[in-house]
Amino acid sequence: MNSLFPSIVSRSQSSGLMNFFVPIISIVLTLITGSIIFILLGFDPVYALYTFFISPISSTYGISELFVKATPLALIAIGLSYCFKNNIYNIGAEGQLTMGAIFGGGIGILFHDTNAFWLLPLMIFAGAIGGALWGLIPAILKTKFNTNEILTSLMLVYVALFILDYLVVGPWKDPFGYSFPKSRPFSESGRMPLLFDGLRVHFGLIITLFLIFVSWFIFSKTIFGFQLKVSGYSPKAARYAGFNQTTLVFFAFAICGAFAGIAGLAEVSGPIGLLYRDISPNYGFTAIIVAFLGRLHPIGIIFASLVIALTYLGAEDAQLFLQIPSAVGFIFQGLVLFYLLGAELLINYKLTYKKLL
Amino acid sequence: MNLDLILGILQIVLIATTPLVFAGIGELVTEKSGVLNLGVEGMMLVGAVSAFIILVITGSYFLAFFVSILSGIIMSGLFAFLVLFLMSNQIATGLALTIFGIGLSSMLGKQYIGTPIDGLSPWFFVIFSFLIVFLVSYFFYKTKAGLILRAVGESHNSAHALGYSVIKIRFLSILFGGSMCALAGSYISICYAPMWQEGMTAGRGWIALALVVFATWKPERVLIGAYIFGGVTILQMNLQALGLRFPGQFFSMAPYVATIIVLVLISSNKLRIKLSAPASLTIPFYKGR
Repeated sequence: MNSLFPSIVSRSQSSGLMNFFVPIISIVLTLITGSIIFILLGFDPVYALYTFFISPISSTYGISELFVKATPLALIAIGLSYCFKNNIYNIGAEGQLTMGAIFGGGIGILFHDTNAFWLLPLMIFAGAIGGALWGLIPAILKTKFNTNEILTSLMLVYVALFILDYLVVGPWKDPFGYSFPKSRPFSESGRMPLLFDGLRVHFGLIITLFLIFVSWFIFSKTIFGFQLKVSGYSPKAARYAGFNQTTLVFFAFAICGAFAGIAGLAEVSGPIGLLYRDISPNYGFTAIIVAFLGRLHPIGIIFASLVIALTYLGAEDAQLFLQIPSAVGFIFQGLVLFYLLGAELLINYKLTYKKLL
Repeated sequence: MNLDLILGILQIVLIATTPLVFAGIGELVTEKSGVLNLGVEGMMLVGAVSAFIILVITGSYFLAFFVSILSGIIMSGLFAFLVLFLMSNQIATGLALTIFGIGLSSMLGKQYIGTPIDGLSPWFFVIFSFLIVFLVSYFFYKTKAGLILRAVGESHNSAHALGYSVIKIRFLSILFGGSMCALAGSYISICYAPMWQEGMTAGRGWIALALVVFATWKPERVLIGAYIFGGVTILQMNLQALGLRFPGQFFSMAPYVATIIVLVLISSNKLRIKLSAPASLTIPFYKGR
């Protein structure tokens, strides 16, 4: 006779098959739970799910919007995987994104009446520097003072948001902006070029794909990528092998910060075109979901960013057609992460039925 | 300065700081047992909206707070199930709880935006917030159960070896944290505001998290820290009302900067961090076979 409840037994090796299936299982479970929620709210679940997940991408414009939303998510998530692979919990990407937007956008405001080919590259560079510097603060505090990077990177998010708020209502406020809390618009050459006429998908997508490819190369073909992975799996083994943990922490935070910074700059110089308070609908936090859902793998992250981007678009459509607040997208994001984290158990542990008799 | 003005400001500070004390002390108990729950903001929002809805429907303050606390228990129970039984990553699970809570509260509360209610006097809760801090402090340092809870947070393996149920103790601590966060939320929507608005806790959950670190995981210091953070916020509003041209954002970021500084001060010394932070914080407990 077997026991009624399964007991959890550690696997000697994490299951590769489960690694592939867990994200799919969690997406399916999220959709099922979502339909139940829609039924409880009195909607026809088929129509609601259609409005949420199909209708937003049933036009060329919709697909372009999907890529617009997926661009920052994928870029930040690939940056986060440098940290997460090494078991560094940088949860402050939202702050690094904001700092990137401030640094890069600052250049854009400074040269608001300049039209030159070097302006956008300079802004991108400044964005990367801003994000990297903000990311290096928790790295320095962790390596020099042994502080917990989870807490410091989180606190720095709010510091960055208040700095942005101060700038756009104070010194960087548009003098012709009727005292709205926003900056001057950037000049035409300070904007991300659009990839297609009439669609909002912009050059940031190309940058993102390029950086994802570079990251794939670093993760799978370089010693640095190997060191990241080893010290994530086993810090002890990494120490015996003589890997310098301090250097790894610095690089992981700097790269993640730089990527998030570029993502922030790409937002303000892409779809937005100026600096104001709400430049990011929580992309920095949502990218954590993308990184987990994509299993820290470049290809996985591309797919995951599209799935999560769809929750943003679906939420906008749901607000329009179902009259439910767009924050409902957060319910789906939260659910997918819940299921993912719960199902992750299957990767490192297996369920067995103990024999009672 | 006249006395009335000072008393008036003091009153406002007391009323505004109370939710920080509730959420902070709840999160402190959770963290003392070795679990970091980043879902404070989400639990506060769901607590706030559920209290508001129940009050509008039934008109009973008691039921409103009761259901609100129940919602906090359910939300934190979900978190506890994931991190304790499925051994999921605490950081990511907590963030998921906040994201989920923001979404859920907006959806539930949509038709209640702008609904007028009769606010409840905050003074009972202000007094209760002081009481609960001293009760928690007494529990931690004067009772055996409190000692066991702290032991679980320091070294779950030792506590387990001594025969204490790590999972059960952590489960209860997480539920206490959840109910306190929900209470903080319902206080905001029923006594402080009193109204419902999307995202109305306005980042207080994150300040509560900062507060626990700022207080170096000590109950009485949560009270002190909350009044420093709350006082700074009120001071900023009053200075701006007086027409002082000072960027308020620097006041608003002060709690976060102060927390980072405190964290650096306690972490740079190995002994001091051992005396402050629970050693098992964020580390999952796996019993093995």
